[in-house]
Amino acid sequence: MSNTPLPATRQQSSVAASSSVIGVLTEAAKESVLKVQDYSILSYHSVANLFSRPRYMPDTVTQMDDIGTGSLPIVLLSGFFIGAVMVLQTGTQFQRFGQVSLTGDIVSLALVRELGPTITGLLVAGRCSSGIASELGSMLVTEQVDAMRAMGTNPSRKLVSPRVLAALIVVPLLTTISVFVGLLGGMVASVFSLRLSATTFWQRAIAILEFSDLMQGFSKSVVFAFILSTVGCYQGLNVRGGTQGVGRATTQAVVVSSVLIIVADTFLTKLALYLADKL
Amino acid sequence: MSAPPTSTAALGSSSEPALDFSDVWLGFEEGPILRGLSFSVQPRETLILLGETGTGKTLTLKLAAGLLCPDSGTVRALGQDITGKPERELLEFRRQVGFVFQEGALFDSLTVGENVAYRLEEDHVSEEEIGPRVGEVLRFVELEHTVDLLPSELSGGMRRRVSIARALITRPPIVLYDSPTAGLDPITSQTIITLILRLRDVYGVTALLATHRLQDGFALANFHFDPATRTVRREPTPESAAAITRFLVLRDGRIYFEGSPTAMLESPDPYLRRFLI
Repeated sequence: MSNTPLPATRQQSSVAASSSVIGVLTEAAKESVLKVQDYSILSYHSVANLFSRPRYMPDTVTQMDDIGTGSLPIVLLSGFFIGAVMVLQTGTQFQRFGQVSLTGDIVSLALVRELGPTITGLLVAGRCSSGIASELGSMLVTEQVDAMRAMGTNPSRKLVSPRVLAALIVVPLLTTISVFVGLLGGMVASVFSLRLSATTFWQRAIAILEFSDLMQGFSKSVVFAFILSTVGCYQGLNVRGGTQGVGRATTQAVVVSSVLIIVADTFLTKLALYLADKL
Repeated sequence: MSAPPTSTAALGSSSEPALDFSDVWLGFEEGPILRGLSFSVQPRETLILLGETGTGKTLTLKLAAGLLCPDSGTVRALGQDITGKPERELLEFRRQVGFVFQEGALFDSLTVGENVAYRLEEDHVSEEEIGPRVGEVLRFVELEHTVDLLPSELSGGMRRRVSIARALITRPPIVLYDSPTAGLDPITSQTIITLILRLRDVYGVTALLATHRLQDGFALANFHFDPATRTVRREPTPESAAAITRFLVLRDGRIYFEGSPTAMLESPDPYLRRFLI
């Protein structure tokens, strides 16, 4: 049955019962492939919709506010303390070799390349991916998504694309803020704990960075933003089983997006290192 | 009475049915739910879709609105075959159909006024025009004072009435009602039925109404709204009601009975008699 062009809202039922183990595994594999297919189609449409009308810019701005402003406090707090912890952990090691000044280098590289985008991605996934899933899931079970379609609105354009675009704009900005605040935290920790001067810390932290490091961090934050927003939308629009299903989808959104972010991080790091080597 | 909120222009003057199902099958992985449905609804007619829970009433309405696509068979509405149409064209088509969902399906983050104005906002209608039109349909459902309230602040009956107002804002020639009185007290149910009567008798709206309450069907069949006196009156003869109201009973995804209110009432069939008790 093909009931909608928005694959995520399809109402196909769960895997049919099968008595044999092979049958169950086959059905589970089919179900998984189907989910990947639906997720891919939803992701494709979420981007393709941005290049044609109608576009829902007010909804995008609302989502930017929700994702960006809403996530700012946790990003600031966690960024600051992660930077500080990084200094405390690495500084003691460098002290053994009398190379405390290298602390700025290592903290800066770690934050820009890795910790900034990843921690921000995971934090925003925890906060927003779940929020998106529960919001869209609630709309689905209360027939608001169907009502939208019945009134001639494409839910993919109205609900998915603005959230994806908002995340793509806001998460890199949050990452930048997180990295900056992390360096501040690192500076404070190095001044008070390692007796390193603030000037030395900043000079080393900035001097060590290359364009490829910035690009690595930026590209990761864009990919993570795409993952957390599309996974949230996909889980929300695939809720089954009423309010209980909404709860399940919310949990799934956080788990799946967090795992995907970490997996994607590995491949992106490898790719970035390869490109940095070649270019 | 406020200005007419609906239009039957899209139906034209032809004798073509406003809605036509031809051998429609629909199923999920558990098996077929609708098994070869064939029926039609003439312009200005009200078809009462009666059946127990789970017999496919809501699915039938969603098929009529193009929200679902049948596995086989054809669905024609407003003179066009909507079976298998691409979603882009269906979105256009659905703007000509009003859909009243069972629980209202109002957007809970929008006010009543914003809910009702939703379609107009989507069509980029000017703010100067939106205000009066929203006021007009809210006056029609007698809820003008709720324009700034959120759906959560309304009672169940009020939410249904707002849902009707929202469905009417673009003046659709066909309105699909999904159990509009389900879970409501008798007085509120009567208010909803009176609204449906007014739409039918004053503005000639074609309606497909799914319900499991026989009394809703007979209320529509036995009464009419008199615009002159603005009162609901009993039909003078059963035949006059039968001309614009028909019953269609679904059982196990098939049409079990189709006929006039009188035929329904006089049927000796034990299954149908169970609805009459």
